[in-house]
Amino acid sequence: MKSPENIVIVGAGQAGLQTAEALRSLGYAGPLTLLGDEPHPPYHRPPLSKAWLAEAMDAAQLMMRSPDVLARKHISLRTGVRVTAIEPDTRRLMLANAEPLSYSTLVLATGASPRRPSFELPSTQAANILSLYRMGDASNIAQRMRFCLEHDLPVVVIGGGFIGLEVAAAARKKGLAVTLLEASPRLLSRSLAPFTSDWFEALHRRHGVQLLLETQVRAIEAGPHPELHQVVLHDGGVYPAGLVVIGIGAQANDTLARKAGLDCECGVIVDANGRTSHPDIYAAGDCTVRRLADGTLLRLESVQNAVEQGKSVAAAILGQNKPSNTTPWFWSDQYDVKLQMAGLSMGADHWETHGDPTSGSFSVHHFKQGQLIAVDSVNASKEHLQARKWLEGK
Amino acid sequence: MTTITYIESSGQTLSVDVTDGWSVMQGAVANGIEGIIGECGGSCACATCHCYVETTRLNELEPPSESELDLLEDVAAERRPNSRLACQIKVQASLDGLLVQLPDCQL
Repeated sequence: MKSPENIVIVGAGQAGLQTAEALRSLGYAGPLTLLGDEPHPPYHRPPLSKAWLAEAMDAAQLMMRSPDVLARKHISLRTGVRVTAIEPDTRRLMLANAEPLSYSTLVLATGASPRRPSFELPSTQAANILSLYRMGDASNIAQRMRFCLEHDLPVVVIGGGFIGLEVAAAARKKGLAVTLLEASPRLLSRSLAPFTSDWFEALHRRHGVQLLLETQVRAIEAGPHPELHQVVLHDGGVYPAGLVVIGIGAQANDTLARKAGLDCECGVIVDANGRTSHPDIYAAGDCTVRRLADGTLLRLESVQNAVEQGKSVAAAILGQNKPSNTTPWFWSDQYDVKLQMAGLSMGADHWETHGDPTSGSFSVHHFKQGQLIAVDSVNASKEHLQARKWLEGK
Repeated sequence: MTTITYIESSGQTLSVDVTDGWSVMQGAVANGIEGIIGECGGSCACATCHCYVETTRLNELEPPSESELDLLEDVAAERRPNSRLACQIKVQASLDGLLVQLPDCQL
Protein backbone atom coordinates (compact mmCIF):
# COMPACT_ATOMS: atom_id res chain seq x y z
CA MET A 1 0.00 0.00 0.00
CA LYS A 2 1.24 3.45 -0.95
CA SER A 3 1.56 5.74 2.05
CA PRO A 4 -0.61 8.85 1.93
CA GLU A 5 1.08 12.11 0.96
CA ASN A 6 -1.53 14.64 1.84
CA ILE A 7 -4.58 13.98 3.98
CA VAL A 8 -7.56 16.33 4.05
CA ILE A 9 -10.43 15.93 6.50
CA VAL A 10 -13.75 17.62 5.74
CA GLY A 11 -15.51 18.44 9.00
CA ALA A 12 -13.92 19.72 12.20
CA GLY A 13 -16.24 18.10 14.72
CA GLN A 14 -15.60 15.18 17.03
CA ALA A 15 -14.96 12.63 14.25
CA GLY A 16 -12.77 14.94 12.17
CA LEU A 17 -10.61 16.00 15.09
CA GLN A 18 -10.32 12.44 16.35
CA THR A 19 -9.18 11.22 12.94
CA ALA A 20 -6.56 13.98 12.75
CA GLU A 21 -5.17 13.33 16.22
CA ALA A 22 -5.19 9.57 15.73
CA LEU A 23 -3.25 9.97 12.46
CA ARG A 24 -0.60 11.93 14.31
CA SER A 25 -0.41 9.55 17.24
CA LEU A 26 -0.06 6.62 14.80
CA GLY A 27 2.95 8.36 13.31
CA TYR A 28 1.66 10.03 10.17
CA ALA A 29 3.93 13.05 9.71
CA GLY A 30 2.78 14.42 6.35
CA PRO A 31 0.48 17.35 5.56
CA LEU A 32 -2.82 17.17 7.42
CA THR A 33 -5.63 19.66 6.91
CA LEU A 34 -8.85 19.87 8.90
CA LEU A 35 -11.60 21.89 7.23
CA GLY A 36 -14.54 23.20 9.22
CA ASP A 37 -17.46 25.18 7.83
CA GLU A 38 -18.29 26.74 11.19
CA PRO A 39 -16.28 29.74 12.40
CA HIS A 40 -15.16 27.93 15.58
CA PRO A 41 -12.33 25.48 16.20
CA PRO A 42 -13.54 21.97 17.20
CA TYR A 43 -15.92 22.05 20.14
CA HIS A 44 -17.93 19.65 22.28
CA ARG A 45 -21.48 19.24 21.01
CA PRO A 46 -23.09 17.25 23.87
CA PRO A 47 -23.16 20.20 26.33
CA LEU A 48 -25.06 22.34 23.78
CA SER A 49 -28.42 20.93 24.83
CA LYS A 50 -27.38 20.79 28.49
CA ALA A 51 -25.03 23.20 30.32
CA TRP A 52 -24.82 25.56 27.33
CA LEU A 53 -28.59 26.11 27.28
CA ALA A 54 -28.50 26.63 31.02
CA GLU A 55 -25.89 29.32 30.23
CA ALA A 56 -23.66 27.67 32.79
CA MET A 57 -20.52 27.69 30.61
CA ASP A 58 -18.75 30.02 28.19
CA ALA A 59 -17.59 29.37 24.64
CA ALA A 60 -13.98 28.74 25.66
CA GLN A 61 -15.11 25.87 27.89
CA LEU A 62 -16.77 24.17 24.93
CA MET A 63 -13.58 24.06 22.89
CA MET A 64 -12.07 20.59 22.45
CA ARG A 65 -8.50 21.70 21.77
CA SER A 66 -6.90 25.11 21.84
CA PRO A 67 -5.52 26.31 18.48
CA ASP A 68 -2.03 25.99 20.05
CA VAL A 69 -2.47 22.26 20.54
CA LEU A 70 -3.49 21.75 16.94
CA ALA A 71 -0.58 23.88 15.73
CA ARG A 72 1.83 21.88 17.87
CA LYS A 73 0.54 18.68 16.27
CA HIS A 74 0.92 20.29 12.82
CA ILE A 75 -2.78 19.92 12.14
CA SER A 76 -3.68 22.73 9.80
CA LEU A 77 -7.15 23.90 10.83
CA ARG A 78 -9.13 26.02 8.40
CA THR A 79 -12.43 27.24 9.81
CA GLY A 80 -15.26 28.92 7.93
CA VAL A 81 -14.48 26.89 4.80
CA ARG A 82 -17.31 25.26 2.90
CA VAL A 83 -16.62 22.43 0.48
CA THR A 84 -18.92 22.60 -2.53
CA ALA A 85 -17.82 19.49 -4.43
CA ILE A 86 -15.43 16.56 -4.44
CA GLU A 87 -13.67 15.66 -7.69
CA PRO A 88 -12.51 12.10 -7.02
CA ASP A 89 -10.80 11.72 -10.40
CA THR A 90 -8.49 14.71 -9.96
CA ARG A 91 -8.46 14.33 -6.14
CA ARG A 92 -9.55 17.89 -5.56
CA LEU A 93 -12.03 19.64 -3.33
CA MET A 94 -13.91 22.65 -4.65
CA LEU A 95 -14.29 25.30 -1.97
CA ALA A 96 -16.70 28.22 -1.72
CA ASN A 97 -14.69 31.44 -1.94
CA ALA A 98 -11.29 29.74 -2.00
CA GLU A 99 -8.93 27.94 -4.35
CA PRO A 100 -9.51 24.21 -4.92
CA LEU A 101 -7.63 21.97 -2.53
CA SER A 102 -5.78 18.80 -3.54
CA TYR A 103 -5.64 15.62 -1.48
CA SER A 104 -4.19 12.17 -1.77
CA THR A 105 -6.52 10.75 0.87
CA LEU A 106 -9.83 12.31 1.87
CA VAL A 107 -11.84 11.81 5.06
CA LEU A 108 -15.47 12.88 5.22
CA ALA A 109 -16.61 13.84 8.70
CA THR A 110 -19.40 16.13 7.65
CA GLY A 111 -21.79 15.32 10.48
CA ALA A 112 -25.54 15.58 10.32
CA SER A 113 -28.24 18.22 10.15
CA PRO A 114 -31.58 18.50 11.88
CA ARG A 115 -34.30 16.73 9.95
CA ARG A 116 -36.71 19.13 8.29
CA PRO A 117 -40.32 18.77 9.28
CA SER A 118 -42.92 17.68 6.76
CA PHE A 119 -45.55 19.94 8.30
CA GLU A 120 -46.18 23.45 7.10
CA LEU A 121 -43.95 26.29 8.26
CA PRO A 122 -44.43 30.06 7.97
CA SER A 123 -43.32 31.32 4.57
CA THR A 124 -40.70 33.66 6.02
CA GLN A 125 -37.79 32.48 8.14
CA ALA A 126 -38.82 33.01 11.76
CA ALA A 127 -36.25 33.79 14.47
CA ASN A 128 -38.27 31.87 17.03
CA ILE A 129 -38.57 28.53 15.19
CA LEU A 130 -35.28 26.76 15.77
CA SER A 131 -33.52 23.40 15.68
CA LEU A 132 -30.42 22.41 17.61
CA TYR A 133 -27.30 20.95 16.12
CA ARG A 134 -24.58 23.57 16.16
CA MET A 135 -23.23 26.07 18.66
CA GLY A 136 -24.95 28.91 16.81
CA ASP A 137 -28.31 27.11 17.07
CA ALA A 138 -27.90 26.55 20.78
CA SER A 139 -26.94 30.18 21.35
CA ASN A 140 -30.02 31.33 19.45
CA ILE A 141 -32.22 29.02 21.53
CA ALA A 142 -30.66 30.24 24.80
CA GLN A 143 -31.14 33.85 23.74
CA ARG A 144 -34.72 33.21 22.73
CA MET A 145 -35.40 31.46 26.04
CA ARG A 146 -34.24 34.62 27.84
CA PHE A 147 -36.60 36.66 25.68
CA CYS A 148 -39.51 34.32 26.47
CA LEU A 149 -38.73 34.52 30.15
CA GLU A 150 -38.71 38.33 30.06
CA HIS A 151 -41.99 38.48 28.16
CA ASP A 152 -43.70 35.53 29.77
CA LEU A 153 -44.07 33.56 26.53
CA PRO A 154 -44.48 29.78 26.40
CA VAL A 155 -42.12 27.33 24.68
CA VAL A 156 -43.23 24.44 22.48
CA VAL A 157 -40.86 21.55 21.81
CA ILE A 158 -41.71 19.30 18.86
CA GLY A 159 -40.21 15.84 19.28
CA GLY A 160 -39.67 13.74 22.40
CA GLY A 161 -36.21 12.46 21.51
CA PHE A 162 -33.01 13.25 23.37
CA ILE A 163 -32.65 16.80 22.06
CA GLY A 164 -36.31 17.62 22.63
CA LEU A 165 -36.30 16.27 26.17
CA GLU A 166 -33.03 17.98 27.11
CA VAL A 167 -34.31 21.29 25.71
CA ALA A 168 -37.58 20.86 27.61
CA ALA A 169 -35.66 20.17 30.83
CA ALA A 170 -33.43 23.23 30.31
CA ALA A 171 -36.48 25.42 29.64
CA ARG A 172 -38.30 24.16 32.73
CA LYS A 173 -35.21 24.76 34.85
CA LYS A 174 -35.36 28.40 33.74
CA GLY A 175 -39.00 28.52 34.76
CA LEU A 176 -40.49 28.66 31.25
CA ALA A 177 -43.87 27.13 30.44
CA VAL A 178 -43.14 24.14 28.20
CA THR A 179 -45.34 21.98 26.01
CA LEU A 180 -43.73 18.94 24.42
CA LEU A 181 -45.37 17.24 21.44
CA GLU A 182 -44.43 13.71 20.48
CA ALA A 183 -45.87 11.75 17.58
CA SER A 184 -45.35 8.24 18.94
CA PRO A 185 -47.17 6.66 21.89
CA ARG A 186 -44.08 6.90 24.13
CA LEU A 187 -40.89 8.91 24.57
CA LEU A 188 -37.59 7.75 23.06
CA SER A 189 -39.36 4.69 21.74
CA ARG A 190 -36.52 3.70 19.41
CA SER A 191 -33.98 3.54 22.25
CA LEU A 192 -35.62 2.89 25.59
CA ALA A 193 -37.58 0.07 27.15
CA PRO A 194 -41.28 0.88 27.63
CA PHE A 195 -40.76 1.09 31.39
CA THR A 196 -37.91 3.60 31.05
CA SER A 197 -39.97 5.67 28.60
CA ASP A 198 -42.84 5.81 31.08
CA TRP A 199 -40.44 6.76 33.87
CA PHE A 200 -39.12 9.69 31.80
CA GLU A 201 -42.62 10.73 30.88
CA ALA A 202 -43.49 10.89 34.59
CA LEU A 203 -40.25 12.75 35.31
CA HIS A 204 -41.06 15.49 32.82
CA ARG A 205 -44.66 15.76 33.97
CA ARG A 206 -43.43 16.04 37.56
CA HIS A 207 -41.21 18.93 36.48
CA GLY A 208 -44.19 20.68 34.96
CA VAL A 209 -43.85 19.89 31.26
CA GLN A 210 -47.18 19.69 29.47
CA LEU A 211 -46.57 16.50 27.53
CA LEU A 212 -48.72 15.29 24.65
CA LEU A 213 -48.10 11.89 23.10
CA GLU A 214 -49.50 10.59 19.81
CA THR A 215 -49.91 14.10 18.51
CA GLN A 216 -49.30 15.13 14.94
CA VAL A 217 -48.35 18.71 14.16
CA ARG A 218 -50.17 20.10 11.13
CA ALA A 219 -48.46 23.46 10.88
CA ILE A 220 -46.66 26.28 12.59
CA GLU A 221 -48.49 29.47 11.77
CA ALA A 222 -47.92 33.16 12.36
CA GLY A 223 -49.56 34.24 15.57
CA PRO A 224 -51.25 37.41 16.76
CA HIS A 225 -47.94 39.28 16.81
CA PRO A 226 -44.47 38.73 15.33
CA GLU A 227 -42.97 37.33 18.53
CA LEU A 228 -45.61 34.66 18.90
CA HIS A 229 -46.22 31.74 16.59
CA GLN A 230 -48.78 29.02 17.04
CA VAL A 231 -48.34 25.30 16.66
CA VAL A 232 -51.46 23.75 15.19
CA LEU A 233 -52.16 20.05 15.64
CA HIS A 234 -54.08 17.70 13.38
CA ASP A 235 -56.70 17.29 16.09
CA GLY A 236 -57.29 21.05 16.03
CA GLY A 237 -55.29 21.90 19.16
CA VAL A 238 -53.48 25.25 19.02
CA TYR A 239 -50.39 26.03 21.12
CA PRO A 240 -48.98 29.56 21.09
CA ALA A 241 -45.21 29.76 21.40
CA GLY A 242 -42.59 32.45 21.81
CA LEU A 243 -40.10 29.74 20.89
CA VAL A 244 -40.61 26.51 18.96
CA VAL A 245 -37.76 24.01 19.06
CA ILE A 246 -38.01 21.27 16.46
CA GLY A 247 -36.13 18.15 17.48
CA ILE A 248 -37.35 15.38 15.21
CA GLY A 249 -34.06 13.70 14.46
CA ALA A 250 -31.05 14.34 12.29
CA GLN A 251 -30.06 13.29 8.80
CA ALA A 252 -26.55 12.49 7.68
CA ASN A 253 -24.79 15.15 5.61
CA ASP A 254 -24.01 12.92 2.64
CA THR A 255 -24.72 15.28 -0.25
CA LEU A 256 -21.04 15.84 -1.14
CA ALA A 257 -20.42 12.11 -1.12
CA ARG A 258 -23.51 11.30 -3.16
CA LYS A 259 -22.65 13.91 -5.79
CA ALA A 260 -19.14 12.45 -6.00
CA GLY A 261 -20.66 9.05 -6.78
CA LEU A 262 -19.96 7.33 -3.45
CA ASP A 263 -22.41 4.67 -2.28
CA CYS A 264 -24.82 6.32 0.14
CA GLU A 265 -28.08 5.35 1.77
CA CYS A 266 -29.22 7.86 4.36
CA GLY A 267 -25.51 8.37 5.03
CA VAL A 268 -22.13 7.56 3.51
CA ILE A 269 -21.86 3.78 3.49
CA VAL A 270 -18.67 2.58 5.21
CA ASP A 271 -17.23 -0.71 6.38
CA ALA A 272 -16.03 -1.33 9.94
CA ASN A 273 -12.77 0.46 9.08
CA GLY A 274 -14.47 3.55 7.69
CA ARG A 275 -13.74 2.82 4.03
CA THR A 276 -16.26 4.20 1.54
CA SER A 277 -16.88 2.81 -1.93
CA HIS A 278 -13.99 4.93 -3.25
CA PRO A 279 -10.44 3.76 -2.40
CA ASP A 280 -9.12 7.29 -1.67
CA ILE A 281 -12.04 8.33 0.51
CA TYR A 282 -12.92 7.39 4.09
CA ALA A 283 -15.72 8.61 6.35
CA ALA A 284 -16.39 8.80 10.09
CA GLY A 285 -19.01 9.98 12.55
CA ASP A 286 -22.61 11.13 12.15
CA CYS A 287 -22.40 11.31 8.34
CA THR A 288 -21.85 7.56 8.02
CA VAL A 289 -23.95 4.45 7.92
CA ARG A 290 -22.16 1.19 8.56
CA ARG A 291 -22.59 -1.94 6.50
CA LEU A 292 -22.60 -4.84 8.95
CA ALA A 293 -21.43 -8.38 8.23
CA ASP A 294 -25.00 -9.54 7.57
CA GLY A 295 -25.49 -6.78 5.01
CA THR A 296 -27.79 -4.59 7.10
CA LEU A 297 -27.04 -0.91 7.59
CA LEU A 298 -26.47 0.62 11.01
CA ARG A 299 -26.54 4.34 11.62
CA LEU A 300 -25.22 5.59 14.95
CA GLU A 301 -25.18 9.21 16.06
CA SER A 302 -22.99 9.46 19.10
CA VAL A 303 -19.76 10.81 20.46
CA GLN A 304 -18.49 7.31 21.05
CA ASN A 305 -19.13 6.34 17.43
CA ALA A 306 -17.41 9.48 16.14
CA VAL A 307 -14.37 8.83 18.32
CA GLU A 308 -14.14 5.16 17.40
CA GLN A 309 -14.68 5.56 13.71
CA GLY A 310 -12.12 8.37 13.71
CA LYS A 311 -9.55 6.00 15.14
CA SER A 312 -10.54 3.21 12.74
CA VAL A 313 -10.20 5.52 9.76
CA ALA A 314 -6.79 6.81 10.85
CA ALA A 315 -5.58 3.24 11.26
CA ALA A 316 -7.02 2.11 7.93
CA ILE A 317 -5.40 5.03 6.08
CA LEU A 318 -2.06 3.94 7.51
CA GLY A 319 -2.63 0.33 6.47
CA GLN A 320 -3.65 -0.98 9.89
CA ASN A 321 -6.76 -2.90 10.80
CA LYS A 322 -8.64 -1.42 13.77
CA PRO A 323 -12.34 -2.01 13.08
CA SER A 324 -15.05 -0.22 15.10
CA ASN A 325 -17.10 -2.91 16.72
CA THR A 326 -17.42 -2.13 20.42
CA THR A 327 -20.79 -1.96 22.14
CA PRO A 328 -22.49 1.35 21.36
CA TRP A 329 -23.23 3.59 24.33
CA PHE A 330 -25.05 6.87 24.74
CA TRP A 331 -26.03 9.22 27.51
CA SER A 332 -28.46 12.02 28.23
CA ASP A 333 -28.77 14.49 31.12
CA GLN A 334 -32.24 15.72 32.02
CA TYR A 335 -32.84 17.68 35.24
CA ASP A 336 -30.70 15.85 37.80
CA VAL A 337 -31.06 12.51 36.03
CA LYS A 338 -28.28 10.82 34.11
CA LEU A 339 -29.52 8.27 31.61
CA GLN A 340 -26.91 5.93 30.13
CA MET A 341 -27.63 3.34 27.49
CA ALA A 342 -25.47 0.45 26.38
CA GLY A 343 -26.13 -1.76 23.37
CA LEU A 344 -28.81 -1.49 20.70
CA SER A 345 -32.35 -2.25 21.72
CA MET A 346 -33.90 -2.87 18.27
CA GLY A 347 -36.05 -5.97 18.28
CA ALA A 348 -36.22 -6.41 22.05
CA ASP A 349 -39.11 -8.65 23.10
CA HIS A 350 -38.69 -8.85 26.85
CA TRP A 351 -37.54 -6.45 29.58
CA GLU A 352 -36.45 -6.79 33.19
CA THR A 353 -36.18 -3.97 35.70
CA HIS A 354 -33.39 -4.04 38.29
CA GLY A 355 -33.09 -1.79 41.33
CA ASP A 356 -35.82 0.35 42.79
CA PRO A 357 -37.26 2.85 40.30
CA THR A 358 -38.95 4.80 43.11
CA SER A 359 -35.47 5.57 44.48
CA GLY A 360 -34.60 7.22 41.16
CA SER A 361 -31.80 4.75 40.45
CA PHE A 362 -32.48 1.64 38.41
CA SER A 363 -31.68 -0.18 35.20
CA VAL A 364 -33.72 -2.05 32.62
CA HIS A 365 -32.34 -4.98 30.67
CA HIS A 366 -33.55 -5.53 27.10
CA PHE A 367 -33.70 -9.10 25.83
CA LYS A 368 -34.21 -10.46 22.34
CA GLN A 369 -35.02 -14.16 22.17
CA GLY A 370 -33.54 -14.63 25.61
CA GLN A 371 -30.31 -12.79 24.82
CA LEU A 372 -29.33 -9.57 26.63
CA ILE A 373 -28.96 -6.90 23.91
CA ALA A 374 -29.14 -3.55 25.72
CA VAL A 375 -29.38 -1.91 29.13
CA ASP A 376 -30.90 1.45 30.12
CA SER A 377 -29.37 2.82 33.33
CA VAL A 378 -30.93 5.71 35.23
CA ASN A 379 -28.64 7.32 37.79
CA ALA A 380 -26.78 4.02 37.85
CA SER A 381 -23.36 4.49 36.24
CA LYS A 382 -21.97 1.35 37.80
CA GLU A 383 -24.70 -0.79 36.22
CA HIS A 384 -24.05 0.96 32.92
CA LEU A 385 -20.34 0.15 32.96
CA GLN A 386 -21.12 -3.41 34.00
CA ALA A 387 -23.60 -3.70 31.14
CA ARG A 388 -21.01 -2.53 28.64
CA LYS A 389 -18.70 -5.29 29.83
CA TRP A 390 -21.44 -7.92 29.62
CA LEU A 391 -22.39 -6.86 26.14
CA GLU A 392 -18.75 -6.94 25.06
CA GLY A 393 -18.74 -10.53 26.28
CA LYS A 394 -16.15 -9.78 28.99
CA MET B 1 -7.51 32.89 37.52
CA THR B 2 -6.01 30.15 39.61
CA THR B 3 -2.74 28.38 38.90
CA ILE B 4 -2.99 24.64 38.40
CA THR B 5 0.17 22.59 37.89
CA TYR B 6 -0.21 19.60 35.60
CA ILE B 7 2.38 16.84 35.57
CA GLU B 8 2.18 14.90 32.32
CA SER B 9 3.03 11.20 32.35
CA SER B 10 6.30 12.07 30.59
CA GLY B 11 7.22 14.00 33.73
CA GLN B 12 6.87 17.37 32.03
CA THR B 13 5.36 19.89 34.41
CA LEU B 14 3.25 22.83 33.26
CA SER B 15 1.73 25.51 35.45
CA VAL B 16 -1.17 27.28 33.80
CA ASP B 17 -3.72 29.88 34.87
CA VAL B 18 -7.24 28.50 34.73
CA THR B 19 -10.39 30.62 34.94
CA ASP B 20 -12.24 30.10 38.22
CA GLY B 21 -15.37 28.04 37.67
CA TRP B 22 -13.77 25.96 34.93
CA SER B 23 -13.03 22.33 35.57
CA VAL B 24 -9.51 20.95 35.88
CA MET B 25 -10.28 19.00 32.68
CA GLN B 26 -11.17 22.15 30.75
CA GLY B 27 -8.04 23.88 32.02
CA ALA B 28 -5.93 21.00 30.74
CA VAL B 29 -7.59 20.67 27.35
CA ALA B 30 -7.58 24.40 26.62
CA ASN B 31 -3.89 24.61 27.45
CA GLY B 32 -2.88 21.59 25.45
CA ILE B 33 -1.86 19.43 28.36
CA GLU B 34 -1.19 15.90 27.10
CA GLY B 35 -2.92 13.02 28.80
CA ILE B 36 -6.47 14.24 29.33
CA ILE B 37 -9.08 13.41 26.72
CA GLY B 38 -12.45 14.51 28.08
CA GLU B 39 -14.37 12.60 25.43
CA CYS B 40 -17.83 13.41 26.81
CA GLY B 41 -17.17 17.11 27.22
CA GLY B 42 -17.30 17.07 30.99
CA SER B 43 -20.61 15.30 31.56
CA CYS B 44 -19.12 12.71 33.90
CA ALA B 45 -19.98 9.99 31.40
CA CYS B 46 -16.77 8.61 29.93
CA ALA B 47 -13.88 8.37 32.44
CA THR B 48 -11.26 9.74 30.02
CA CYS B 49 -10.14 12.64 32.23
CA HIS B 50 -8.73 10.51 35.01
CA CYS B 51 -6.09 12.27 37.11
CA TYR B 52 -4.22 11.93 40.40
CA VAL B 53 -4.58 14.87 42.77
CA GLU B 54 -1.79 15.65 45.26
CA THR B 55 -2.72 13.55 48.24
CA THR B 56 -2.22 16.21 50.92
CA ARG B 57 -4.79 18.46 49.29
CA LEU B 58 -7.42 15.84 48.45
CA ASN B 59 -9.55 16.95 51.38
CA GLU B 60 -9.78 20.48 49.94
CA LEU B 61 -11.87 19.16 47.06
CA GLU B 62 -15.58 18.50 47.03
CA PRO B 63 -15.87 14.75 47.54
CA PRO B 64 -16.64 12.72 44.41
CA SER B 65 -20.28 12.07 43.53
CA GLU B 66 -21.72 8.60 43.31
CA SER B 67 -21.48 8.61 39.51
CA GLU B 68 -17.85 9.79 39.60
CA LEU B 69 -16.99 6.96 42.00
CA ASP B 70 -18.70 4.51 39.66
CA LEU B 71 -16.72 5.75 36.68
CA LEU B 72 -13.47 5.71 38.63
CA GLU B 73 -13.91 1.96 38.97
CA ASP B 74 -13.48 1.72 35.24
CA VAL B 75 -10.53 4.00 34.45
CA ALA B 76 -7.91 2.71 32.06
CA ALA B 77 -4.84 3.44 34.19
CA GLU B 78 -4.30 2.24 37.75
CA ARG B 79 -6.87 3.58 40.20
CA ARG B 80 -5.29 5.06 43.33
CA PRO B 81 -6.73 6.58 46.50
CA ASN B 82 -6.13 10.04 44.98
CA SER B 83 -7.78 9.23 41.63
CA ARG B 84 -10.37 11.76 40.48
CA LEU B 85 -12.11 12.73 37.25
CA ALA B 86 -10.74 16.12 36.25
CA CYS B 87 -14.08 17.24 34.81
CA GLN B 88 -15.61 17.06 38.27
CA ILE B 89 -13.07 19.32 40.00
CA LYS B 90 -14.09 22.97 39.81
CA VAL B 91 -11.21 25.43 39.89
CA GLN B 92 -11.43 28.08 42.62
CA ALA B 93 -8.96 30.45 44.29
CA SER B 94 -8.43 28.15 47.28
CA LEU B 95 -6.97 25.50 44.96
CA ASP B 96 -4.11 27.78 43.85
CA GLY B 97 -1.00 25.75 43.06
CA LEU B 98 -2.80 22.39 43.05
CA LEU B 99 -0.68 19.59 41.60
CA VAL B 100 -2.50 17.29 39.20
CA GLN B 101 -0.69 14.27 37.84
CA LEU B 102 -1.88 12.60 34.65
CA PRO B 103 -1.85 8.86 33.96
CA ASP B 104 -0.20 7.37 30.90
CA CYS B 105 -3.47 6.20 29.37
CA GLN B 106 -7.16 7.09 29.39
CA LEU B 107 -8.69 4.52 27.05
